[in-house]
Amino acid sequence: MKIKNILKGAVFGVFAVSGAAHAEVTLNALFMAQAAYSEDDIRNMTEDFKSANPGVNVNVELVPYEALHDKIVLSQSANGYDVVLYDVIWPAEFAQYQLLENVTDRVDADTRKGILDGAWTTVEYDGSLYGMPWIADTKFLFYNKEMLKKAGFDTPPATWAELESQAKAIKDKGIVDYPLVWSWSQSEAAICDYTTILSGMGGQFLDADGKPAFNTGGGLKALEYMVDTIDDGLTNPNSREYLEEDVRRVFSSGQAAFALNWGYMYNLANDPAESQVAGHVGIAPAPGTAGISTASAVNGSMGLGIPTKSEHKEEAWKYIQFLTSQKVQDQYAKLSLPVWEASYSNPDVIKGQEPFVDAAKTSLAVMAPRPTMAAYQEASSVLQEALQNAMLGTQTPADALNGAAEAIGDIQ
Amino acid sequence: MISHRKTVTAWLLLTPMIVIILGVSGYPLIKTIYFSLTGAKLIAPDMTSIWVGFDNYIRALSSSKFREAIWHTTYFAVISVGVEMVIGVLVALLLNEAFKGRTLLRAMLILPLALPTVVNAMMWRLIYNPDFGALNALLLQFGMLDAYRSWLGDPASALDMVILADVWKNFPLVALIALAALQTVPKDLYEAATLDGAGVWNRFWRITLPAIMGPLSVALVLRTIEAFKVFDIIYVMTRGGPASSTKTVSFYVYQEAFAYMRVGSGASYALIVVLISASLIAGYMYLIRKQGEV
Repeated sequence: MKIKNILKGAVFGVFAVSGAAHAEVTLNALFMAQAAYSEDDIRNMTEDFKSANPGVNVNVELVPYEALHDKIVLSQSANGYDVVLYDVIWPAEFAQYQLLENVTDRVDADTRKGILDGAWTTVEYDGSLYGMPWIADTKFLFYNKEMLKKAGFDTPPATWAELESQAKAIKDKGIVDYPLVWSWSQSEAAICDYTTILSGMGGQFLDADGKPAFNTGGGLKALEYMVDTIDDGLTNPNSREYLEEDVRRVFSSGQAAFALNWGYMYNLANDPAESQVAGHVGIAPAPGTAGISTASAVNGSMGLGIPTKSEHKEEAWKYIQFLTSQKVQDQYAKLSLPVWEASYSNPDVIKGQEPFVDAAKTSLAVMAPRPTMAAYQEASSVLQEALQNAMLGTQTPADALNGAAEAIGDIQ
Repeated sequence: MISHRKTVTAWLLLTPMIVIILGVSGYPLIKTIYFSLTGAKLIAPDMTSIWVGFDNYIRALSSSKFREAIWHTTYFAVISVGVEMVIGVLVALLLNEAFKGRTLLRAMLILPLALPTVVNAMMWRLIYNPDFGALNALLLQFGMLDAYRSWLGDPASALDMVILADVWKNFPLVALIALAALQTVPKDLYEAATLDGAGVWNRFWRITLPAIMGPLSVALVLRTIEAFKVFDIIYVMTRGGPASSTKTVSFYVYQEAFAYMRVGSGASYALIVVLISASLIAGYMYLIRKQGEV
């Protein structure tokens, strides 16, 4: 009897040990180190997740946004990641190649209702969900209150024309050499700025038949506007090689009166440790166009998904649910606003950043999408080159956009 | 009979090596050639590769963007390798002379070579920065520039600026090879030439250069191959911009195969590049051999 018990115990013990060893799972997660949540935020959230879920370990890897897409795609053959952060423009392509797990059945009705509609478009393609929205973001107009006051303006511009005239007044008074700064390098960042202006000027990327239409109407006016501000010396000419962090640096060092950037810049530009203009930073929805729009915005949201090749899908989903939960998002709401509707009336989220939350309420409601197409990456790089050609003066805006429209039509 | 057995033994001994070489470089090459004749996608679970024959090649050669990329690459290779050869030889000549601090300078020569290309690219990006870059500050202080300018943001200067960064990193390789070769040139040749009344210029052209030509051409071939497949320094410094003025063929191949996922046409682009470098190398080899015969 005794021996039997000992044996039983031994067998049980072996099982328990191997069971524990089995429960030790390591997730590989891929994020970006650019705008939105900072590396510290992501690591802290992950630590919280780990202590709440013993036995699950998470390796966090951060790459620049420019490397994110290719990294996700290439890791597919190497079976690399269990959780990936991805941009709103990729689900069409990812769905076509079955890169991401379809999680439609995992999302319950309360979650569907609780999260902003605009955020859901980030992860939705053809009626299926390929992850959870995590970052709800768009481009805002940041302004230096002190400079505006010196030039005699009490309020930020409401229209793109007014932005131009305020910038001109600021330049003429010698307050700053180049009042405007943007992220117009040959990159997706430039497409986001262009889309923002295009949407505010009533433009369309694609017409009702899905053919390129950005070379007419608001799309053409947007690029002409961009080129004009460079030619008139209002836009910092180096904008043509800037990414988001360059824009933040220039604006935070007091070398610009206005900047278009993601929401994360609000609290950083107001932080004395990061900025020389702390306390003077205002934020407003990007302006609109008289008679057409009251504000402009681009959908710059991002989501978290599970690659189809992941071997730890359950744990990965747990981790995603944790990161996208309202509790965690409300706790880390300084650099990236939550995707949950209720968060926007949570005093803990609003406190200390009322102007940011106010601007977001307006902007997030009017976010314009970039076109949904499987060959988005290629179409985008064609358009990036066209924008550069026009901004560098090697082509007129009309010629550049007509050429891009033709090339994108061929890709489709 | 014995010689036959020897041959068999030799083949037996060589077989493992041949298998390894075929596995490591033969298989990928053949696979790439196969891919280039198909419409293969990088990741397409349900899509079988579609045979397209030479369509990829026809499309590649008729694409004006690809021709532009070939031109950028050629320009990059010719200028950077040319400048590296000249500076490398000049520096080697200097370091071959006896003077105080020579050992220190020789040691410092290794520094750029030891730097990873990505680190070098980041460093030069800071130097060229339009707002706080050292190059702008330097030129402004010397009065050679009226105002800070954007070096990598201007299509007229971007590629040249990348070339400068590449030259800084890679000229030491040429210099080291040339320096090693210089030390093998017999001193009495120079003494004899001086007695015969040959000047500095004549001595360089008739003694030094022919003597180091062999090792130097090895450096030339190595550097040309490297320069022709330039990728990382471009990826870090400009990502092909501004207005695609620094897009080289390797960057083009990368985009085609990995960003747009068209492995098939990416492979055809890559093989065209291989063909170009192979013919360049063949040309060099021919020239070197011809020189040996003279």
